[in-house]
Amino acid sequence: MLKPKDKQNSVELYFMEARSKLIDIAAFMDRIERDGQTDDYRYKAFLDALKELDSEKRAESVLLALSDPTEEPIEAATTKAASGAWPDKPQ
Amino acid sequence: MRYIEPHAHMVSRTTDDYMAMVIAGCKAVCEPAFWAGFDRSSVNGFYDYFCQLTDYEPKRAAKFKLPHFSWLCINPKEAEDLVLAREVISMIPDFIGRKNVLGIGEIGLNKNSRNELTILEEHVNLAAEHNQLILVHTPHLEDKLKGTRLIVDLIKNDSRIDPNRVLIDHVEEHTVKYVMDAGMWGGLTLYPESKCTSPRAIDIIENFGADRLWMNSACDWGISVPLAVPYAAQEMRRRGYDDDTLDQVFFKNPVKFLSQCHNFSVRD
Repeated sequence: MLKPKDKQNSVELYFMEARSKLIDIAAFMDRIERDGQTDDYRYKAFLDALKELDSEKRAESVLLALSDPTEEPIEAATTKAASGAWPDKPQ
Repeated sequence: MRYIEPHAHMVSRTTDDYMAMVIAGCKAVCEPAFWAGFDRSSVNGFYDYFCQLTDYEPKRAAKFKLPHFSWLCINPKEAEDLVLAREVISMIPDFIGRKNVLGIGEIGLNKNSRNELTILEEHVNLAAEHNQLILVHTPHLEDKLKGTRLIVDLIKNDSRIDPNRVLIDHVEEHTVKYVMDAGMWGGLTLYPESKCTSPRAIDIIENFGADRLWMNSACDWGISVPLAVPYAAQEMRRRGYDDDTLDQVFFKNPVKFLSQCHNFSVRD
């Protein structure tokens, strides 16, 4: 564990930034709904990950919700890119 | 402040970036071999790239009085072609003796395929045979969790490798504990969108301690910030950290890991 000697108020430091990101998320969801793209697997994974905000370790839980949970290597890489959400997640 | 940039792809950056880094207090930059953004067509492309990393780029950095070090490998994005990958690996011993080489890296996985794992294992074997440090790239986004576990398990299973001489890069909240528990070092990569922001990287250091973690910009040809490391230091200052702690996190810690390679040295 590491702690600053002169600890600052985290709400003072980060509230406005978090508020801005929260509104961006809300606007993103409005936009996806308005554009009729709510069936996209990435958006569905996003909604699932939002539920993790009620968990204890939120950042870790959100990342886990967006991850491939399998353990075996795949046979071959057919793309180099990652999309940010596991495409094979059961819906 | 003084700091080490432990992971930057300077071949993709401009001289303005070198100037800015030096002015911000950078005392050494370390450049892992990586994917060029396109697949090389033959082993000759890698020969030229290794020459660039071990000869041309150190000279370019030296114009700014910045020591430049490099890591060598074929990156996992090009590991699906086993023939090419093995040709490249067989060439690496010819470059290991060059004076700015730190070890084998950034090896690892991209999509967690069987061929990527095969080439990772052969890189680890190369590092063991030549007593080299290892720098590992972990996969992006949804592939990171699985890839990190596969990588750490593979390296742990090789008894010739001292975990303290391995750095697993691009750790995040869901992978850092696995790396720390294995006795390896972890790298926190500061990217604007993927990987970590400065506040998250500092959170991780606050939760896990700074003993075996460093921060890097991994700046390259994509969206990335060459000054991300000193920006993170400024973020730590905002939280109330003193100069001694910043020096430990951004200078002494990376120096401790990198000094395990006799080629690495840096002026205070």
